Amino acid sequence: MAHSTLAAPEAETAQSRGVTQAKIDQRHRLFNRICLGVLIAFALLWLVPLAWAVDTALKPNAETTRTTWLIDDPTFAAFGRVLSDTPILNWFGASLITSTLTAVGTVVTASLAGFALSRMRFRYRNLVFWAILAGIMIPGQVLIVPQFREMDALGLLNTYWAVSLPQIPTAVAIFIFKQFFDGLPRDLEEAARIDGAGWFRIYRGVVMPLARPAVAAVAIFTFVTSWNELLWPLLVLTNPDLMTMPVGLATVQGAFGIRYADTMASTVLGAIPLVAVFLLFQRHIVQGIAGTGLKG
Amino acid sequence: MSTETVTPAARPVQPPEPSTARPPGQGRAATGFLLPFGLLYLAFILGPAVYGLIMSFFDASLVRPGLGGFAGFGNYTEALQSADFWSSLWHTLWFTILTTPPLIVLAFVFALLADRVSRGRWFFRLAFFAPFILPSAVVALIWIFMYTPELGLLEVGLAKIGVTAPAWLGDPTWAMPSLAVTTIWWTLGFNFILYLAGLQEIPRDLYEASAIDGAGPWQQIRRITIPMLGRTTTLVAVLQVIASLKVFDQMYLMTTGGPDFATRSVLQYVYDQGFTNFRLGYAAAVSMLFFLVVLAVSAVWFTIVRRQEKEV
Repeated sequence: MAHSTLAAPEAETAQSRGVTQAKIDQRHRLFNRICLGVLIAFALLWLVPLAWAVDTALKPNAETTRTTWLIDDPTFAAFGRVLSDTPILNWFGASLITSTLTAVGTVVTASLAGFALSRMRFRYRNLVFWAILAGIMIPGQVLIVPQFREMDALGLLNTYWAVSLPQIPTAVAIFIFKQFFDGLPRDLEEAARIDGAGWFRIYRGVVMPLARPAVAAVAIFTFVTSWNELLWPLLVLTNPDLMTMPVGLATVQGAFGIRYADTMASTVLGAIPLVAVFLLFQRHIVQGIAGTGLKG
Repeated sequence: MSTETVTPAARPVQPPEPSTARPPGQGRAATGFLLPFGLLYLAFILGPAVYGLIMSFFDASLVRPGLGGFAGFGNYTEALQSADFWSSLWHTLWFTILTTPPLIVLAFVFALLADRVSRGRWFFRLAFFAPFILPSAVVALIWIFMYTPELGLLEVGLAKIGVTAPAWLGDPTWAMPSLAVTTIWWTLGFNFILYLAGLQEIPRDLYEASAIDGAGPWQQIRRITIPMLGRTTTLVAVLQVIASLKVFDQMYLMTTGGPDFATRSVLQYVYDQGFTNFRLGYAAAVSMLFFLVVLAVSAVWFTIVRRQEKEV
């Protein structure tokens, strides 16, 4: 029935449709071009502060009072002064140590716990699950007073342990691992179990090698978050030689005053490690964020 | 080809949950696997949370050990009657109001635009996301310089187009909006990435089908994109409100709560009371009150998410 009645008008509509379709496509193409223009404008605007910091860092201090992008006498001298006048390399080392410690600690403890929650049956499993979930609700910042007291009592103030330890138990990391493990096929584990492998060998030898994307996402994201933490290390590190990069840089403002080229050089030096991490691991960082998003 | 037919027989079902036919001793193994995390969690999160709650009922001080004298609800009533506490709470709220809408709307718009661009997406990701991974101290130093009176890029730039710039961080009225601008620049990239991920979840056929039906780009955005991103928007909003309420770094670094305490946030009030005035018990009580605010906000959003899920 449909065949006979539709056969004739079909040719007509197809033709008129072709015309309007071309118009619509044109409309979409024009729209996309406008989108691109607006987006480029905003992206450039977003880059201005960073470009301005680099530009200023390359000026001699005396030139920074003239607000212009042009540099009469570009120089790297400001970087040299920052390196010799501040313990910025120590700050870099402190950040590297504490962030690495935090990232490794988080990956190890969270992947173990995530594995247990994903694969094992045990009593109080739901209780454990909810206790961990409750931890997500507590913002770390409301614990600074008791945590400081605790670190004081343990004699850990002005040590890197004080910076890292409270940052390691991250409930979100457990859920990222659990979710990833839940999605892994179980054939390989079954095979390993038949070969007599225990839980730890399955975790170590079978599951973790497959979980590299989750490990990378959690490790890099924890590393960056820990690197950028200000409030907590500010409280527990008072010795300038032990300070992490953000805490150290927070003291720069007072130290350099109106030596703007030096101040901007210190921000550029402070930014370089993270820009490097970003360029190397862009995909992992983005996936890590998108992953938490999709989970919610 | 042979595995296709053999495995289902050998392995009857692939259980979504661990099957009960596992070897015994799982309880002990589970304890071992949960222990490292559990110990750190008890020692550094749950323990301090309980200790903080206890401390909030005592006159604990930074300069002497122990809890000090019992205060009952004294710290709480003092906080609730303190004008400084309420103004710091208002500043935190004001900061949240100033930052949340732009951080949601701009991130959405930028992601929407970037999603329509086929080439050079890495460039936009770099431009919008790079600031987010910088430490707050770097961001603060750059923006303090941008806001510097007379020679800051903002004042000079605005003067070129005939606008007289305010004193930015030095003006009690403008200090908070200035901090908000810096924060928007700094953290927009996070929401941008969340929206980009959400946009990629929308099936392309929907757009193609609607284009064949004659839908223009604007109609597509209103009828397809915005409704399909409802859940992403809820998530972005919750994370954003909570992140904004927890603000500390920007104020501490850029205005130290000034001018005239006009930008002191709750967390800085806790910091000032606890670590400058040594009143740990009082600071713990204020932390608890702040925790209740965050919890209330989370609960409201949680109900909204629940309702959204029921609708789907």
